[in-house]
Parts: sequence; C-alpha cells; structure tokens
Amino acid sequence: MKIRGALVVAVAVIGLGVLLGGLRVNPYIYFAGYVVLQYVVIATAWNVLGGYAGYVNFGTPAFFALGAYTSIALLEAFKAPLPVLILCGGLAAGLLGLGIGYLTLRLKGVFFSIATFALSVVLQTLIINWDYVGGAKGYTLIRPPVPFFRSWAVLLFIMMVVLAVVTVLVARTIERSWIGRGLAALRDNEEAAECMGVPTLRLKLFATTISGFFLGVAGAPFPYYVTYVEPSSTFDLNYAVNALAMPMIGGTTTWLGPVIGAILLGTAQQVATVTISSELNLLIVGVVLVLFVVLAPEGLIGLARKLRGRRA
Amino acid sequence: MTTADALLDIDGVTKRFGGFLALDRVSIQVRPGERLGLIGPNGSGKTTLINCVSGALPTDGGRILFEGRDITQLPAHQRTRLGIVRSFQIPKPFASMTVLENLGIPLEYAAHSRSGDAAVGALDILRMIGLDAKAHLRPAGLTQIEMRKLELARAMAARPKLLISDEAMAGLSSAEVDDILTILFRLNEQGITIIMIEHIMRAVMRFSERIVVLDAGNRIAEGTPAEIVRNPAVEKAYLGE
Amino acid sequence: MFSWDLVANAVVAGILLGGFYAAVSLGVSLTFGLLDIVNIAHPAFVILGAYAAYVMNSSFGLDPIVTGVLFTPLFYLIGACVYRIYYGSFERRGEESLRGLVFFFGLLFIIEVALSLKYGVDYRMVEAAYIGKSIDLGGVGIAFRLLVPCLVGLAMTLALYLFLSRTFYGRAVMGVSQDQVALRLMGANPVRIKTIAFGLGIAAASLSGALLITISPVVPSTDRDYIGRVFAITVLGGLGSIGGTLVASIILGVAESLMATLFGPSWSLAVSFGILLLALAVRPAGLFGR
Repeated sequence: MKIRGALVVAVAVIGLGVLLGGLRVNPYIYFAGYVVLQYVVIATAWNVLGGYAGYVNFGTPAFFALGAYTSIALLEAFKAPLPVLILCGGLAAGLLGLGIGYLTLRLKGVFFSIATFALSVVLQTLIINWDYVGGAKGYTLIRPPVPFFRSWAVLLFIMMVVLAVVTVLVARTIERSWIGRGLAALRDNEEAAECMGVPTLRLKLFATTISGFFLGVAGAPFPYYVTYVEPSSTFDLNYAVNALAMPMIGGTTTWLGPVIGAILLGTAQQVATVTISSELNLLIVGVVLVLFVVLAPEGLIGLARKLRGRRA
Repeated sequence: MTTADALLDIDGVTKRFGGFLALDRVSIQVRPGERLGLIGPNGSGKTTLINCVSGALPTDGGRILFEGRDITQLPAHQRTRLGIVRSFQIPKPFASMTVLENLGIPLEYAAHSRSGDAAVGALDILRMIGLDAKAHLRPAGLTQIEMRKLELARAMAARPKLLISDEAMAGLSSAEVDDILTILFRLNEQGITIIMIEHIMRAVMRFSERIVVLDAGNRIAEGTPAEIVRNPAVEKAYLGE
Repeated sequence: MFSWDLVANAVVAGILLGGFYAAVSLGVSLTFGLLDIVNIAHPAFVILGAYAAYVMNSSFGLDPIVTGVLFTPLFYLIGACVYRIYYGSFERRGEESLRGLVFFFGLLFIIEVALSLKYGVDYRMVEAAYIGKSIDLGGVGIAFRLLVPCLVGLAMTLALYLFLSRTFYGRAVMGVSQDQVALRLMGANPVRIKTIAFGLGIAAASLSGALLITISPVVPSTDRDYIGRVFAITVLGGLGSIGGTLVASIILGVAESLMATLFGPSWSLAVSFGILLLALAVRPAGLFGR
C-alpha cells in the first residue's frame, strides 16, 4: 500500500473515531478507549527502538512520565494549550532518548537497557523532590470547560485516535524507508551492518530519539486524563511491562505487531481490571510475556505467517 | 613504491589489548590493483590488523592512509563508503532478510544507489557468484559454502576499491576453494585490489602477486610466493625452532 | 550538620554495607561478568531468598542465615532450570540480546508480582539474636546486623574466588568465557559448565537474600533498588573480576552511606545509577576489567 493509500486509511480511522465520539454511551467507554489507544502509541513507539533496531528499553515509565510532567510544568508556567503540551512533552522525552543514547549506545546493547532502567528510578527520585510539579504529594488538574466537544472523555478519546494514527504512520514510514532497512541490518548484525556502510550510531540515536518522542507524546495528555498526577502511578512498572509485552505478543518486526498487541492486551486488561485485582492482572501479563518470548518469539504475526506457510 | 603510489598505506600501526602487544609498528603498502596475500601463524595479528584497517578496532599508534588520505580516525562505515570492504571469517549475514536484501544494504549504504537500479545490480552479482537461484531465500537456508559466497557477494555489492577477504576458504573442499578463487581473480581483473588472508597455502600461493608474513605482531617477511616459500624466517615462524 | 563522628560512622557503615553488596553482586559477576548472560532478574531471586528467610523465620523461628544456606541447593536447581530454558530458547539460536533480556525482565516481573500477591506490600522483617546489638570501636558504632552480613559476604566472595581459581569446574567456568572450542577439546561441555555457573549464581542469591532481610525489612519491589546497584558494581569492578566486584561494592557502599548521611536517604539510589552511568561513560572496562 503506497503512502497515499495509507493516508486514506488514516483519515478514515480518524473519521471513525469522530463518529464513535458522537455516540451517547457511558463516558467510561471513552476513557477505556483512551487507555487502549494510549498503549497503541506506547507499544508502537517502543517498537521503533526495540523491534526495528533491537535495543530494549526498560525505562518506558521515565519517558512517559517526562511527557506528563513536562505538561504539568508548562501548565503551571504558561497555561499552555493541549497541542503545545503534546509537542513539548514529546520534545523533552525525545531529548532524553537522545541523551541516554549518546551516553550508552557506543557500548553493548545491554548497557543501554540497564541505563534505561536506571533512568526511571533516578527520574522518579527527581520528580518526587520537585514541588513545582507537585512532588510526592501530587498535582491536581482542574479541567477547564471542554472546547468543541461534548465532554472531556470524548475529546481525549478522539485526540488519542489522532495521536495513535500519526504514531503508526510515522513508524510505518520509517519501517519501509532506507532508515528502516538500515535499522533491520543493525538489529540482525550490528558489526556487519557497520562494515557494509550503515552509520549504526547515527541510526541508533535516531531510533532512540523518535521512540522517546512518541513515548512522551503518549504521556503529555495524561494529566488531563487522570486529573491527579502523582509519581508512583505515573512511573508505574505497568507501563514498562506493557511496552515490552504488547510488541512481543503482536510481533516486533512490523508496525502491525504493536498495534495488534496493544489492542488485544490493552482491551483484555481494561476488561480484567473490573473483575480481578490489578496485581493478578500484571502477573498474567508477565506470564504471557515470558511464554511468548520463549515459545512464539515472532509474536502473533509470526504465528500467522507460519500457519499460512504450512497451508500453502 | 612510494607512499604516494600506494592505495592503502599502513604506517607503523600498533595495537595493544591490555598488556598484550598484538601489532608492533606494522607497516605495509598495497599498490592499486595488486593481489596481496597476508599470512602468518595463528595469533600473529592478521585479523587484528584487518580490524584496524576496516575501522572495527581503534589503533594505539601509527596511521592508516587510503588513496593518500588519513583515515585513522574515521568510523568503519565511512571507510566502507570510501571503498575499503572486508568480508568476515565467520559469515555474518543479516538473518531476517533474503539473500537479495542482504546485498541491498551495502548497495544502498555503501555504493549509494537507492531502490530502483539497486535490485538489478544485486542480481548481477548473485549471478556472477552463482547464488541467483537462492536470491529469495533467507541465509538460514544456505549451505556452508553458499554462506561464504553470500559474504563475498555482500562485500562486492559495496563496490569496493579494496577488498579484504578474511579466511573466506577455511573448511571448504578443494573444488570449493577453486570456486572462490575464480571469483576473486575475476574481481581483480575488474580492477579491485584484493588482500587475501588465508591459511590454505595452495590458494595463497596461486593467488598472490606478493605475500606479507606476520608473526607475533611483526612483519617478518615480504616477497613473491616463490621467495616466501624459501624464506627461513617464515619456516621458523610456522614450525618453531 | 557536619561532624567527623557522623562521617566516620557513615564510612564504616558503608564498608560493612559494601561487604553485603558484594554478596548480592557475586551472582551477576559470575553470570554477566564471565558468561555474558544478562540476568537482570538476579535481584528478584535475591528477594525470593529474603522472603524464604522471612517465612522460615516467622513460622519456625529459623535464623535467616541458616535458611539462606539451607535453601542453596533448591535455588541452585532453579538456576540450572532457568539457564536450560534460556539456553534452549535463545542462546542456542543466537538471539540472546533482545529476547534473552526480555525473558529475564519477564521473570523479574513475575517473581516480584507473585510475591506481592502472596505477601502483600507490607514490609517484612526477621528476628534474630544478633539484630539490634552493636559494638563500639573507638567512637564508631558497628551494628551486628551490618557486621554479620558483611562477614558472610566476604566469606562468599572468598569462596567463589577459590572455586574459580582452584577447582576444575571453576577453572572451566573461567575457560568457557574465553574459549569454548578449547574447552570442548578438554572434554568439558560448555553448556554443562554454564549450567553449573548459573546455578551457583542463583544459589548465591538465596544466601544474599537472607542477608538482605537481616539488614533491613523488605518489600517485593525492593528488587528494583538492587538492579542498578548490582550492575553498577559489576561494571565498575570490571567484568569477570571477583576482586573487582568486592572493591566496587565497598566503593558503592561508602558512597551511598555518605550520600544518605549528608543529603538524605532518597538520593542514595541515584548514587548507584550515577556511578553506573559514569563508569559506562568514562571507563566501561571497569577498574579491573579484562
């Protein structure tokens, strides 16, 4: 499908989102949809670095929370509008990605991963001690009157539809471009890629920046969604595990994998939270993750390919 | 040969690993279009030298000049773009891509041709090397010698001026060795300078115009194949006292 | 508020803490330093060991260190199993980097969440005769609950060092990290050697978990504090160097202790990660790296 076809689909999806926004249903459904779409963004963003380049980011909470807290800081300072918050949250997280990449990407991949884990802890400590954004006590956001739409639930839902579509489009474009091919080469064998002319360091930094950017974008509207932002739930390990599990379960080599994983796992979790405890929920995600990594490392897409191969 | 004539000028290169001196002020000059053999016992520093030349390892002393230009500080991928291409002793294919796509990477990144004509160029190379039937297979479906050929084909796709073949023939049968040699000869006819690192003496003697011998990080001998065979220092290096 | 007494106490406490940190890091020094296996789940096994000590202590009044020693064979078996799965699923196919990491992260996660499901998020601690006692050496107080784990940690370090340098299997482990082919020629199976080494690493986690809960109460998420510490120590000390691990542990212990005393405890975690990032940026080979 050429880029024009993809754009048509994208616009159609957004249109569908707007239509859904017009239905008179329980606002909780919109919030649930918001969370699932948020995970589409997170999983897709994670996968640009994890699936395409092969570098595992354990610190998703750091980037997500940076997006959220940048929003808070800008709201406090300038009462900035939502689009600005999203852009700045993304930029801040993108810069963080660039920074941590610059520090660690010249070394073995595992050091990058550990550094990202470290990042979460350090950032959380910093935020806890920063009272301007609420610190440990938390920050309360009072939503202003809704512009254009019927309710904040609908607005946030539609906004997340747009963000998810944009993120997936960007990921798909990268995947099919020469950058995507270079990333695949360095994922398969970094030493060989470098010797075949691929500027591995530059591509890795590109991937970490883009990945960080969109993770921050996912986090930027968070204060509007929860209205009470405090560090432990914003830096929840939840985000770290899901960011890994969704692409792994869906399939890491293509943009479709994280989308499938996010929709399946995200919806399952939204349904499950009303029936089982959140901890049991997380445990199940962890077990499913390990099972997939061991038994079906190419995810559901990989399984589908194998089935199709056998039938043919 | 003066430095000005050399395609590749390795000038007093030194490399240490902790306390171990792997290369001790090694100097070698390679003429354009030459077929140079690089031999030496195990651990003599051949692969280390190649890693320094290709940029995989930084040097601890000395310079490396290519076409008169100092490339000592350049990262590996830029050296490849300049035309220094190496193949790996143990093949390192891109496992998730087809054979054709494997060639696409150096074609795109090192030789600077994007999409369109890249596919054609890659097929030509595969045909020349005898892998065109397997163009759409993944490396996992290749035999040992086919993997070695892929490694060479990939190097060729990078449009090298200087090709460094690192033990491309280890473990191959006699017929397979001749197969690879034919390909290398043909590449040299096209004007590509080739440095061959090999343990298979028959291949090195047949292929090289000139041979340099390394032992324990030092260059101990240099000359035509006939001269090297008679050289007592070389015999001592391989067989001991 | 600055006083030499305070600093001296902090330094001594830091050194003792360092001995304990060495115990916790030994397993990773073995598996990551020598075998290149990134077992990021190691701290979770340590916490598992801590909870084992807690359960034995609260149900049967067993001394935690005794529990730690008793559970070593079980943890060894668990480690051996985990390695076999890791080997079969990833190492053999050469896919360790992405999938192996995710696998261990998944394990870490499962252990932590399972523990919090079973035991909740309250802090758990143990009772033993020597906890709460301390001796006074020239104005500096030395708490037994720090001293005993430190001594055990030093003993463990020495034992591992001797194992690696004096026994056949130990030397085989050193060998497998350098040259697998030569090892095979010697008649040793690299997979078996790595299984033993990995098992030992997890067995060490059992004992260090017991030491952990002796020093301070634990909660399932305590493992996350140790991921940074353990890898900071392993990198700083130099991959593959047991002596380096000990030195780095003490440096980290003292740094954290001073930081906590002078600036407050919430920053002490940032110390380990700061050291890790610094070591990676400046000297990735570590102090004694090969």
